[in-house]
Amino acid sequence: MADKPKVAVHKFASCDGCQLAFLNLGEDLLTLAQMVDIVHFAEAGPVNPEAAVDIAFIEGSISMPEDLERIRRIRANTRFLVTIGACATAGGLQALRNFANADEWVASIYARPEYIQSLSTSTPIAQHVKADLEIWGCPVNGRQVLAAVRSLLSGVSPWLEKDKVCMECKRQHNVCVMVAKDIPCMGPVTRSGCGAICPSFGRDCYACYGPAENPNTVALTQRLEGLGLVPEAVARRFHFITAAAPAFAEAGLRGGNMPHD
Amino acid sequence: MTEPRHIPIQVPVLARVEGEGTLELRVHDGVIEDLRLRIFEPPRMFEKLLEGREYSEVPDMVARICGICPVAYQMSAVHAIESILGVEPGPWVRNMRRVFYCGEWIQSHSLHIHMLAAPDLLGYSSVVEMARKFSEEVRRGLRLQALGNDIIRLLGARSVHPVGARVGGFHHAPKPKQVNLLLEKLHAALPDAEDLLRWTASLELPSDDQDFICVALRHAREYPMNEGRLVSSHGLDIPADQFETRFAEQQVPHSTALHCLLDGSPYLVGPLARLNLNFDHLPDSIRTLVDNLGIGFPSRNMHHSVVARAIEIVFAIREAIRLLEAYREPQLAYVNTMPRAGTGVGCTEAPRGILWHRYELGAEGLVIRARIVPPTSQNQSRMEDDLRQSLQSFGLNQHEDALRHFGERVIRNYDPCISCATHFLDLRISRQGS
Ligand code: SF4
Ligand code: SF4
Repeated sequence: MADKPKVAVHKFASCDGCQLAFLNLGEDLLTLAQMVDIVHFAEAGPVNPEAAVDIAFIEGSISMPEDLERIRRIRANTRFLVTIGACATAGGLQALRNFANADEWVASIYARPEYIQSLSTSTPIAQHVKADLEIWGCPVNGRQVLAAVRSLLSGVSPWLEKDKVCMECKRQHNVCVMVAKDIPCMGPVTRSGCGAICPSFGRDCYACYGPAENPNTVALTQRLEGLGLVPEAVARRFHFITAAAPAFAEAGLRGGNMPHD
Repeated sequence: MTEPRHIPIQVPVLARVEGEGTLELRVHDGVIEDLRLRIFEPPRMFEKLLEGREYSEVPDMVARICGICPVAYQMSAVHAIESILGVEPGPWVRNMRRVFYCGEWIQSHSLHIHMLAAPDLLGYSSVVEMARKFSEEVRRGLRLQALGNDIIRLLGARSVHPVGARVGGFHHAPKPKQVNLLLEKLHAALPDAEDLLRWTASLELPSDDQDFICVALRHAREYPMNEGRLVSSHGLDIPADQFETRFAEQQVPHSTALHCLLDGSPYLVGPLARLNLNFDHLPDSIRTLVDNLGIGFPSRNMHHSVVARAIEIVFAIREAIRLLEAYREPQLAYVNTMPRAGTGVGCTEAPRGILWHRYELGAEGLVIRARIVPPTSQNQSRMEDDLRQSLQSFGLNQHEDALRHFGERVIRNYDPCISCATHFLDLRISRQGS
């Protein structure tokens, strides 16, 4: 027991969906629990946030003042730090607040805004501490997290998907929704890893896996405008699940004023 | 004892609860003076994030409020928006939305029973530990959870933040071959589900009858999922769009969240409330099965929630079978929609209880305002009431660990989903003022 590698799963601002990549593993969850000692995973049972571990998985973004101190302590206590999902890796959907006036928002939702202590931004983990591996996806899937555990523990550098969703569509012989149906699709700039499930369902990719490597956002912007999207609508495409990822943040700001400014 | 015994049950995070919270107690002369269920969830301000977005983007956005019940968020949203646009997607979509919801109930309830509740009842700290002794029970639970996910995948491609739902219907209709494969799995799972139900009923559950108001949807003929009037055990019976005339969210300084109250009183939503108010709409076969368990519904024992979840798993499997056996592939899986200005409400039965949405759209189809009332904020006051009563009868002189463990159990029984809290407060700051 004592020799087993130790793993922790921590949560920041998130929907809990990425943790489900573990809880939905089925039989593999029991196998994983034999391979490693899961010492902290509040949603699943064990609570020991300060324990020294080999791998700390982080779900969620930094959005509260005390998050900063907590993520530093986690970093100090772990050998590897792995961010799971769009929230932890890019700030998540809630990073849309970075483009707006968050204080005004708080005041408009809560009758007593002085009770709310929240940073005006939602930022990725790697903006505050070093991340050894960043897994994209909203949500990440079980295959991705298991592969991360295996490669980190065996000293192999983890394999990262960097292709574009378009490549995955080609591999699957999907009909391109943009070419065949004029549907504005984010596939050309979005990172692969999901299996191109949206185009397989005949719909647009909405970029939940974040920007691919070297995304040509300028070319896609022109293409989307060619399909009849007004600049604000193009901007909304980039400012969605991973709005704060630099390539998308910039492309969205270029495309027009966000209506929520 | 004249000194107040302050018991800060500072569980830094509450284990096996989706999201994070702490419970704080102040006891004076053996009486609870103050009790606070604090919620750690950082505000993500979804209602504001939605402003200025196009209605077609809403289903994919609101899914991200909760990874455990994304289907519920998508369903409340599409119904609200369709009521504004004046579209009626027809029977195929209606039936498939029910199937979709069956998947989420099965998935979420199995996860709760096996990973969150059963370890409590049997004295383990986690499902992994419990699996050493209760291997078959845990594996049965994992199979059922996977089955729920399979149903969601049929219509949504993945189980967390599925991508199939849209305003007007679904992006994609499954092929009859896939439906048949799933039907086989559903039939094969029925014995598992019925065993699970008998097992939950055989667990030693505390008998602790309390007085509380149940609230759920009620449909003319069906066990409720996507449609129905809002009813209570105390005579409420209104259409969902009148929610705001009777239910109000309040910011209470001594409390942790916006508490939603019905005519000023705490109330319960979720599987037990749903079952208590809709038992007569279960199919005869399930009613017989339940009658043989020796538990009478309606029940005033909150601990019967675990049995209620198991009953709903059996029901959801049977319902999915019923609907999928009549499956026909449609020409198109959705109806087209056009933007239109207006305000609309959607209320559906999330695994944890009614989930109420209201949207105001402009003529271009952009969201002007959104309001979301999730089940957990509705159960918040009921949870505190329950804690006050049950901790008092449990005995406040107990050791802190015992109190903590007991309190956690009471809370966990509600399956609170704190991520769902679209607007929870952080009251660590409010204490400065009190
Ligand atoms: S990345 Fe997506 S699925 Fe993961 S926690 Fe954030 S919102 Fe949830
Ligand atoms: S196709 Fe795009 S939006 Fe759909 S799951 Fe994949 S990355 Fe996410």
